[in-house]
Amino acid sequence: MKEFRAFVKKEFHHIFRDKRTLLVLFGMPLAQLILFGYAITTEVENAKMMVWNQSPGQFSNALIDKMISSEFFTLTESVNSRKEMLDVFRKSKAHIAVVIPQNFEEDFYRGEASIQIIADGSDPNLATILAAGAKGIIMTWMKGKILNPVSIETIGTSVRWHYNPDLKSVLMFVPGVITIILMLVNTTLSSISITREKELGTIEILYVSPLKPSVIILGKLAPFVLLSILNATVILLVAYVVFEVPVNGSVMLLFLESLLFILTALSLGVLISTVANTQQTALMLSLFSMMLPTILLSGFIFPISSMPVPLQVISNIIPARWFLVIIKGIMLKGLGIEYMWKETAILMGMTLFLIGLSIKKYKIRLQ
Amino acid sequence: MVRYENIGKSYEGYPAVSHISFEVGEGELFGLIGPDGAGKSTLFRILTTVLLPDEGHCFFDGHDVVKDYKYVRRNVGYMPGRFSLYQDLSVIENLEFFATIFQTPIEENYDLIKDVYKQLKPFEDRRAGALSGGMKQKLALSCALIHRPKVLVLDEPTFGVDAVSRKEFWDMLKNLKSKGVTILVSTPYMDEASLCDRVALIQNGQILMVDTPEGIIRRFDKRMYAIQTQRIYQALNALQEMYDWQAYSFGQEIHLYAPETIDPSSLTDRLKAMGIEDVSVSLGEPEIEDCFMDLMVSSNIAENAE
Repeated sequence: MKEFRAFVKKEFHHIFRDKRTLLVLFGMPLAQLILFGYAITTEVENAKMMVWNQSPGQFSNALIDKMISSEFFTLTESVNSRKEMLDVFRKSKAHIAVVIPQNFEEDFYRGEASIQIIADGSDPNLATILAAGAKGIIMTWMKGKILNPVSIETIGTSVRWHYNPDLKSVLMFVPGVITIILMLVNTTLSSISITREKELGTIEILYVSPLKPSVIILGKLAPFVLLSILNATVILLVAYVVFEVPVNGSVMLLFLESLLFILTALSLGVLISTVANTQQTALMLSLFSMMLPTILLSGFIFPISSMPVPLQVISNIIPARWFLVIIKGIMLKGLGIEYMWKETAILMGMTLFLIGLSIKKYKIRLQ
Repeated sequence: MVRYENIGKSYEGYPAVSHISFEVGEGELFGLIGPDGAGKSTLFRILTTVLLPDEGHCFFDGHDVVKDYKYVRRNVGYMPGRFSLYQDLSVIENLEFFATIFQTPIEENYDLIKDVYKQLKPFEDRRAGALSGGMKQKLALSCALIHRPKVLVLDEPTFGVDAVSRKEFWDMLKNLKSKGVTILVSTPYMDEASLCDRVALIQNGQILMVDTPEGIIRRFDKRMYAIQTQRIYQALNALQEMYDWQAYSFGQEIHLYAPETIDPSSLTDRLKAMGIEDVSVSLGEPEIEDCFMDLMVSSNIAENAE
């Protein structure tokens, strides 16, 4: 036990005296959270709008005022011809154009008015969202103007989003970022920290000592378990304070499941370190074998159900896929363990398998 | 204390060492001398249980190093060829770490390392990576000794260390020997051989000779002539033209190994006649380096002839 404590102490010294490790450990999570939270967002605010108003007057101005009074649009340009309009699009000074035809007020009361919305399709996602938004605002405004609404009312649909009513993307990204961070940090840092001893030759004197392999491995991993839990706490706090993302389910359950996932990632790191002999190889293996699949195939960014079948099959062996279901269930839906025992069992199985394989491949000698 | 029995080891089909047998007695300071790549590290790694031999057996204090590797690991002090301490830990942190993993308090065996460690004491809080080469070796030695090992195995401890530190290091080894520690040390420097009780000369994975330094000198079956001149290069060329014998420069001297007696003054005259005017030849006392040079070259010639 004393040896174990001495080993863990040594590991903490290594971690806290290496600026790069610290940066990966604490800088990367925050950078990713901010990046995903702010930059990569599907919400729209203050989109640039231009207007080609062919029947200026109080009536049409009221419509434009209505549109820009929402936070959705900002009026950036007014144009008077098709040529001017295309020019503005070409210079990217507007994302969307609203074209109000001649005799708009008269046509409107005759029930024949039509408004043209032209969106810049070079960003199709944005164009779809903006067009739908503009349509919505115009429809609402029209309804308020009609004296007898029944005459134009058709069958309306109304969609309500469960669990994430505002469709805030940050709600989606926080669980995803935690998943990626836990996976990457633990796999990378643990495999690097073991291969470093190989590369520097210090593993040789560890071999030639009474230390049991289990003490060496556990001593290597213990600091990362503690620091990862700390890391996850910081991410959750930042998410709560900055992005107002709450944990709807049991925090205790969230930590226990995270602990399981951390163990999965660490055992993968140990496995990588039994194969790699240099820190660089270990880094490559953990980054390339883990980062891309974890981000692309876990369902974090692209939904698994819309992937081609072979990729769906591959996604099953990615631990992050299962953890993402768990963490989203707890954080967003507030579910309990009874809804995620299957995913939990899969993660446990993966962890046991990886640990078994690592023990089998772990060497007590050189070569 | 240590016994190698017909040990062989290959890496990817290339033999690193083969048919190695020798013994080291208790309390002996035993030197393994040979050039880079001769197989010294391989032999030490087999003894310290980090490598498995392909053939033969190796015994440590009566225990087979393969079957009983745990016994060896508890009782050997090993200093690998590369500096293998934690560079980002301080001097005292390194020492404490190794003391703890060997389950001994530092105080218990402090008398053993006192002479070595007292020079490091002023730098206790310095990171090991920031120490000079000589200081690093002293720290590594302290860490290898902290659990009072039965056998100390040092792989090229003086490699790349300045002359003063090298001498200090050998003094420390003698001191340890007087305290009853068996020491196996390897070195590429032949002049260090004379500081050992017994030495084994190793080349291309084979032991050429095992004996005391005096015994090795006694076995030298040639005469050594020391030739002093400023024009070493010309003199060597001239000697090569004259004889089919070996001649090497040692600093400001040329040593010529002659299988028969020659007259120094006539050789002086012949060399002077060839334009090397400042030359003087005398019959010298062969040193251990001369014996090694001679042995190594003859064994190479024999091997090539096969």
